[in-house]
Amino acid sequence: MSDTPERDEIRRSFLTSGVLGLIRAIGRGRIALHRQTVLKVGLVIVIAFLLMTAVANIWPSLNGYSPTLYRDAPRLEGPSPSHWMGTDQLQRDVFSRILGGGYASLIVAFAGLALSMISGSVLGWISGYSGGWLDRILSLVMDAVYAFPSLILAILMVAMFGAGIGPMIWAVGVVYIPTYFRVARAESMQVRETTYIEAIKAVGASRTRIVLRHVAPNTVNAIMAVSSFNLADAILTVAALSFLGFGLPPPAPDWGFDIQNGQKYLQSGSWWLITFPGLMIITLSLGFGLIGEGISDLVNPKRRRKHV
Amino acid sequence: MSGLLRYALQRLLLTIPMIFVLLTVIFLVIRVIPGDPISMVYGGRPVSEELKAAKRAELGFDKPILVQYGIYISGVFRGDFGVSLRTSTPVLQELFSRFPATIELALFGLIVAAILGFSTGVLAATRADHPTDHAVRIFHIASFAVPVFWLGLMFQVFFSVKLGWLPVTGRLGGQMAFSFEPITGFYVIDAILHWDGKALIDVLRHLALPALTLGIATTGLLGRMSRASMLEVLDQDYVTTARAKGLPERTVVLRHALRNALIPIVTVFGLELAVLMGGAVLTEHVFSWPGIASYLIRSINARDYTAIQGSVVFIALFISAINLFVDLLYSIIDPRVRY
Repeated sequence: MSDTPERDEIRRSFLTSGVLGLIRAIGRGRIALHRQTVLKVGLVIVIAFLLMTAVANIWPSLNGYSPTLYRDAPRLEGPSPSHWMGTDQLQRDVFSRILGGGYASLIVAFAGLALSMISGSVLGWISGYSGGWLDRILSLVMDAVYAFPSLILAILMVAMFGAGIGPMIWAVGVVYIPTYFRVARAESMQVRETTYIEAIKAVGASRTRIVLRHVAPNTVNAIMAVSSFNLADAILTVAALSFLGFGLPPPAPDWGFDIQNGQKYLQSGSWWLITFPGLMIITLSLGFGLIGEGISDLVNPKRRRKHV
Repeated sequence: MSGLLRYALQRLLLTIPMIFVLLTVIFLVIRVIPGDPISMVYGGRPVSEELKAAKRAELGFDKPILVQYGIYISGVFRGDFGVSLRTSTPVLQELFSRFPATIELALFGLIVAAILGFSTGVLAATRADHPTDHAVRIFHIASFAVPVFWLGLMFQVFFSVKLGWLPVTGRLGGQMAFSFEPITGFYVIDAILHWDGKALIDVLRHLALPALTLGIATTGLLGRMSRASMLEVLDQDYVTTARAKGLPERTVVLRHALRNALIPIVTVFGLELAVLMGGAVLTEHVFSWPGIASYLIRSINARDYTAIQGSVVFIALFISAINLFVDLLYSIIDPRVRY
């Protein structure tokens, strides 16, 4: 793949200001997405899901059936022209529940991500830049948490906090802190050794200023690339928590919870109760995963061949 | 070898603070964050203050937090994980009786993931940027995106309910569940020890879907690592040399490149295990697999606080041990790594 000037420009702008650069490049019509099929597909999926969820939560009965009202449809019937994805045991239309069922996943994934990204990155910058005993202690704690299965930790936290959106945000937020800590720390350790940091130090800039103005911006790319994969994983974590019954209280539509509900009718062959919510979770998680792939490719062209 | 021994000791010493950190995190999650473990014991039912106070004293919650921490840590190191509030049996005993089931599931899951991951990863690397490569990459990303529990349920719908080929849940079917006498707790081994072909087939039939579910859902990590590592190795000079002297591509890939490509993959095994344990929680839940992960979920639902703490500590210790083992294994596999 040859490097076109546009590509170069995109990469440069992207490197200077992360996602903002990407958005600006798209805004300027510099065909930032040229040949970035993976990124494009991912963006289309995620935007479509965001729109669908928003619209379905404003007008719940979008397709003519209510997602929460009982006895709005026949009981446990397979997909048909009037009920595209069948109906459940409480006589609700599955499709109308599918449309709005991503609400909790998206809110929790984004809010949790913001929480873990900010706290993890700040700790990582400080730890990586300052080094010494603080770095050693923080790294030890973060590595220990990182090695532990994140899902089990999330379940544990939600079990203590109680079910619902708020507790899930905390759980997801805390569980992913080490991910950002590791990335931010590694990057800031690299930046610390560069000559320009030495130059700024020589001018007499304060440590806070160096970390916030000079170290942090240089680590944004790596953090952004990780965050997208992280969102893909967070969607699955939220789905698992809802599946285990720690999510939204019924009758609110929720993919994870609806799968748990469908499990009871699996033996009688009601496959549609499980299949469709699951496909939604996969598609959304895949969308974030593809964006992650795309961003990584853009930021690091050498990686394109290796895809580490 | 003395260098390796010294490294092993160093690494072991480093594991101890790590375990301490994990134990402390678990302690803090259970005590410090809002949500009173005592009202948890009663499942949120209204209970008189005296009863709560009595229970609090019984569990040692009335003591200062540092004293509680001391009691907790010393208990863990003496192998005292407390008594389950629900069943009144020692938690450690329950965990040990369930541990083989989890290990059996995780091992077979790992085998599925390893076979799928290595083969697809190597295949993709040898055909870099061709349609096969793209297809494999999509498969790997999709494996990250599939919820384990959903995959398990779909397998149940298809293989058990529609086709009727495999059992839906459990480790043993029908009469076998009553007549089978476990020796080690690893049913595959037990069936072989009993020299019982029928039992072995039944055990494997029950194991097939959970292992496949867990394996496929965790293939992505190993697959991507294999692909990246193989690409790296195929770029090396000695591979070019092997090709230049006219060896068939097959020999180059299988005899020269593959072995070296496998080395870095060992390092992700620790991480893979954490993923597997997370996946095992859901897999065990879906397949009613009587392992420690399903025990944890059941304890959470029953608000069995000592059992929750005990199982999480147990899992943490197990993962620390595996990580230590993987690190040592790495230095043995790769002769270039010397300590």
